[in-house]
Amino acid sequence: MKRNIISVSSLKKDFIVGEVTVHALRSVNLDITEGEFVAIMGTSGSGKSTMLNILGCLDKPTEGIYLLDGIDISTLNKNELARLRNLKLGFVFQSYNLLPRTSALENVELPLFYNDSVKPRERRERAIAALGAVGLADRMHHMPNQLSGGQQQRVAIARSLVNDPVVILADEATGNLDTRTSYEIMALFQELNAKGKTIVFVTHEPEIAGFTTRNVHFRDGNIIKENLVTNRGSAREMIMAMPLEVDS
Amino acid sequence: MNITNLSKIALNALLRNKFRAFLTMLGIIIGVASVIAMLAIGEGSKKSIQDQISSMGSNLVIVMPGTQMMGGVQQGNASSKALDVRDVKAIRLDCPSVSAVSPEVRGGGQVVAGGNNWPTTFYGGDVNYLDIKKVEVKTGRMFSEQEVASAAKVCLIGQTVADNLFGKEVDPVGQTIRFKNIPVRVIGLLEEKGENTFGMDQDDLLIGPFTTVQKRILAVTHINAILGSAVNEEATSQAVTEITTAMRTSHKLSEGEEDDFQIRTQAELVSTFSSISDILTTLLGAISAISLLVGGIGIMNIMYVSVTERTREIGLRMSIGGRGLDILMQFLIESILLSVIGGIIGILVGVTASAVIGNLTGWPIAVMPLAIVVSFLVCTAIGVFFGWYPARKAAGLNPIDALRFE
Ligand SMILES: Nc1ncnc2c1ncn2[C@@H]1O[C@H](COP(=O)(O)OP(=O)(O)OP(=O)(O)O)[C@@H](O)[C@H]1O
Ligand SMILES: [Mg+2]
Repeated sequence: MKRNIISVSSLKKDFIVGEVTVHALRSVNLDITEGEFVAIMGTSGSGKSTMLNILGCLDKPTEGIYLLDGIDISTLNKNELARLRNLKLGFVFQSYNLLPRTSALENVELPLFYNDSVKPRERRERAIAALGAVGLADRMHHMPNQLSGGQQQRVAIARSLVNDPVVILADEATGNLDTRTSYEIMALFQELNAKGKTIVFVTHEPEIAGFTTRNVHFRDGNIIKENLVTNRGSAREMIMAMPLEVDS
Repeated sequence: MNITNLSKIALNALLRNKFRAFLTMLGIIIGVASVIAMLAIGEGSKKSIQDQISSMGSNLVIVMPGTQMMGGVQQGNASSKALDVRDVKAIRLDCPSVSAVSPEVRGGGQVVAGGNNWPTTFYGGDVNYLDIKKVEVKTGRMFSEQEVASAAKVCLIGQTVADNLFGKEVDPVGQTIRFKNIPVRVIGLLEEKGENTFGMDQDDLLIGPFTTVQKRILAVTHINAILGSAVNEEATSQAVTEITTAMRTSHKLSEGEEDDFQIRTQAELVSTFSSISDILTTLLGAISAISLLVGGIGIMNIMYVSVTERTREIGLRMSIGGRGLDILMQFLIESILLSVIGGIIGILVGVTASAVIGNLTGWPIAVMPLAIVVSFLVCTAIGVFFGWYPARKAAGLNPIDALRFE
């Protein structure tokens, strides 16, 4: 049997805003095993981002148990959580979050700066390899403002890969991109998943979710439906099938 | 996270905003540079006053009529009595710590030679007068005891007077000049001494036998002062004690009476003027310290703004594994780098500016090594002190709040 990367039970998250308590997550149970590509879906405000932030150890649940790669995160202090994020997690954000005026290569290197056991030489080599894996080997020394949105998101994906995490967490990673570029990003995620990476992907677009292996639907802070994707599409093939833009 | 990595991160962050980093450093640069330059000016003037005064002879003791002054306050109200040659004799006989003693008589007036005239002061002294005042004869000779005894109408001439009467070309020695209409023969030219610290031209004078100045020129019997040399600098206070006793005896003062003369020593002058320029130095230093403080607040302001501006960056760094301590150190190192680099530039600018100011104004300049060391330490301290609060603020952020910051 494959090991559980993520195991969540009776997870609750309340936000207190003035007098009002918002129940962002009411009671969530979810297991994600190694090698899965899970899409978290749901309408706006259903609790997807809240869930992902807790999975990413960026936020703590109000109640419930969360085991990440077998570790109960409620027993960890702030510094241990930071170390966990550094070693086991990779994040991809909707707005890329690259450091401005910093080359693609240096952006990708960043997580390894916070890992003392990685020497400068290895740091550079791993960053180059990660950029190669997302197809940007020829853009290493470009600044973010010299890259397209899709390319910036690839840099961000390379950054999330560089520490070889147990799971990549992506929140609306295609939200700012046009359809074709979104598919290219999804093709990249599918390749990574095919190589065995576990990925949790938040989206509200069903066609994007169709590229994953399992869909988890949220509504009002609860999981209302889960289903395995039966006729999973290949993003690469979809791109091939798309009409080519008219080149001048 | 090790310091090398953190320093690299901090340096990269600063390099991303070179111009802003420079503007921030400007406060520190100006602050440090002005501290160093101001202290250099203050210290330089103090040194030159000290040099100046000791070049007049650090074992010089001067007796003047009048009551003793202590720190500018007149002590008692005893009358003053004019000095005369008997006092000089008394000191010569009774003061073993005084190696040489000479009367000094002086009078101002117009000196004329050919078609030129010039206002100056005629000083009269004994044959050892030049030795006591540390003045050398450049050409010609000093007057003799014989000439003192006979009140011969001879004098030595200062360079300024010579230039104004005869021009650069003519050798003044052997010429006859008229001081207050009395013809006086120039027998020697004095070595140049230049201006003293107080701006007084030390070459604008004539020196002759005191008898000549007393009898032939001023028609007086008193003398203006008595100049004495202590056997060495350490013997100065012993000399003062001996002179006081000799003078009191000579003036027939009884036990309870105040002195009717005053004694000044070079050592005393040095300390008076040193303390005046110490006040000046402190004042200048304080003013520039304030500008350094303002520079520090500038750094704090920039660091504070950049914590807010870079909240999302902080969030990102936390999301990829940066601990609060790492973030704190990054911002602290950034601020220390700013102030230390600014400080080093400031030291260079300050030293250069001191030299330039010295060259342009001719003021004496002495850069204090201590000022450099202290301002470097102050810069580091400013970096830590003013960086600490914004850095703490950055480190205390919650990763998710920082990431979501709009
Ligand atoms: N920091 C917060 N403080 C207060 N309420 C919050 C906070 N974060 C989220 N919420 C609330 O929790 C609920 C879930 O929000 P969440 O961001 O998880 O939604 P989402 O599913 O990601 O929506 P979207 O698709 O629009 O991104 C919402 O009602 C939201 O208002
Ligand atoms: Mg969301």
